[in-house]
Amino acid sequence: MILILLALCVVSLSVGSVHIELRSVFHALVNAFTGNFFVSSEEELILFSVRLPRIIFAGIVGASLALGGVVFQAMLRNPLADPYILGISGGSALGAIIGIVIGASSFYLGVPLLAFVGALATVFLVFIVAGSAREALQDNSLLLSGVVVNAFFSAAILFFLSVVNSMELHSITFWLMGDLSRASAREIYVAGICLIIGFVVLYAQSLKLNLLVQGEETATHLGVHVERTKQGLLIITSLMISVAVSLAGIIGFVGIMVPHAMRLVFGSDHRLLLPVSALFGASFLILADTIARVVLAPAELPVGVITALCGAPYFIFLLKRKAY
Amino acid sequence: MSLINAANIKFSYDTTSVMENVSFTVDESQIVAVIGPNGSGKTTLLKLINGTLFPHAGHILVDGKETTKWSRKEIAQKVAIVPQDTSVIFPYYAEEIVLMGRFPHLGRYRFEDKKDYRIVHEAMEKTDTLAFAARRFDELSAGERQRIMIARALAQEPKILLLDESTVFLDLKHQVQFLSLIHQLNKAQKLTVIFVTHDINLAAQNANGIILLDSGKIYAIGTPAEVITAANIKEVYDVNALVDRHPGDGSPRVSLLTT
Repeated sequence: MILILLALCVVSLSVGSVHIELRSVFHALVNAFTGNFFVSSEEELILFSVRLPRIIFAGIVGASLALGGVVFQAMLRNPLADPYILGISGGSALGAIIGIVIGASSFYLGVPLLAFVGALATVFLVFIVAGSAREALQDNSLLLSGVVVNAFFSAAILFFLSVVNSMELHSITFWLMGDLSRASAREIYVAGICLIIGFVVLYAQSLKLNLLVQGEETATHLGVHVERTKQGLLIITSLMISVAVSLAGIIGFVGIMVPHAMRLVFGSDHRLLLPVSALFGASFLILADTIARVVLAPAELPVGVITALCGAPYFIFLLKRKAY
Repeated sequence: MSLINAANIKFSYDTTSVMENVSFTVDESQIVAVIGPNGSGKTTLLKLINGTLFPHAGHILVDGKETTKWSRKEIAQKVAIVPQDTSVIFPYYAEEIVLMGRFPHLGRYRFEDKKDYRIVHEAMEKTDTLAFAARRFDELSAGERQRIMIARALAQEPKILLLDESTVFLDLKHQVQFLSLIHQLNKAQKLTVIFVTHDINLAAQNANGIILLDSGKIYAIGTPAEVITAANIKEVYDVNALVDRHPGDGSPRVSLLTT
């Protein structure tokens, strides 16, 4: 898995609107690792200040989304669940759009921060809609209220889209479909730290995730404090996801496809499922983003278009097979 | 001091009362059968014992401490349950399911070690499930799944084993095997067993104490010979029965009269 990820990175470094020979990519990488790093050519400038950060960022976002999918599917015992179904994307998008409209983009991390607030507010809202605290953690009410909250946010987003001027419109539309192009050191640090914290916490809970999948009653019988565990999982996952979404926009279907495919290959033990899903999620999003960069070069597609084009048919295939 | 001590417990789901003034005690290494018609509160009683549900009034003490005061992990080290039905959504291997029984004994943030795997292996040996340890749980037959559930409960190394209709899907051979296993564990490790069943003869033959429930109240409690009488069965189940002695061990034997 790690090898696949690395190979993908190198290939992805090479292709783009300016094609760089694989050999020069290797050469530049070797130079960088052996310490004689200096930006000597236009090619290396493109490699290290444009493509490399973007690839790392895509990997981090992909891994975060995939981990989010694993956790929500285990928690809701539903292989079709993912962070988006619970409305986190909608809330995040709404927060960001409000940010763009009121001009928060001129502040440091202004828009992502508002998106983050929107995402967290959504989690609380979903809980309130789902009912009192006790009932709120029941599977179906959470899913349903996620759908309802999502529908509401879509309407609100459309409302804002119709009142803003065209310059902002383009920026919002692109963000809505997933945009990895503004990767910079800052984005990488923020999303990377959240991913690492999230992964460590989730991995420590991997046995509990296994038990939760057996059903809440069984998990209780076997010594898991179900409500407390679910609340903790929900908070840490929401944190990780909302940060990724707020920086990269809405990238759908990674959270559904990746965990499912990994479960088919590696089984459902979360000790294995969590790391392989993170790796595959990273690889998948890097691949999708590379395609998005190349297909219409020198223009770019939003990466969410690619993931949705792969993901929606996969989703339908899952539904039809029913063997998820 | 009894292992389980219930005093005047009351319990209701929403507005319908399912348990009223129930008091009983279970001593260590007893085998107790809980019988009664549908909806008489048998499963609820098991859930009250393993602390999944808590009584709304009264007290239930397990191993000397109220169930509300045990942590989930602590009570799972003492009480294991073999559930009535089992469904899984994601693909797990049979052995992985049994391994989950070790969870209550693991430290915080610790994974299973050699000792845990050994206990799991033994549990699967006893339940005759080693042959399909590496098969997927959702592809097993109902009886095989039930034996995996029994193995998981044994892997918990409980002091008290709760069985909720745990023999219904087993074929004759595995029923007998399972019941002898229960008796053997009961003798060797002083395992206390409480089982819910509809099969009165199974209860009479295998239990040394019987609780007969009728709409959330204990109608009769005592030895099989005391509880299983034609009069009690007529009153609680509203059927006519003939009760004689089992030719093998002398326990009460019920034959239903259809006319």
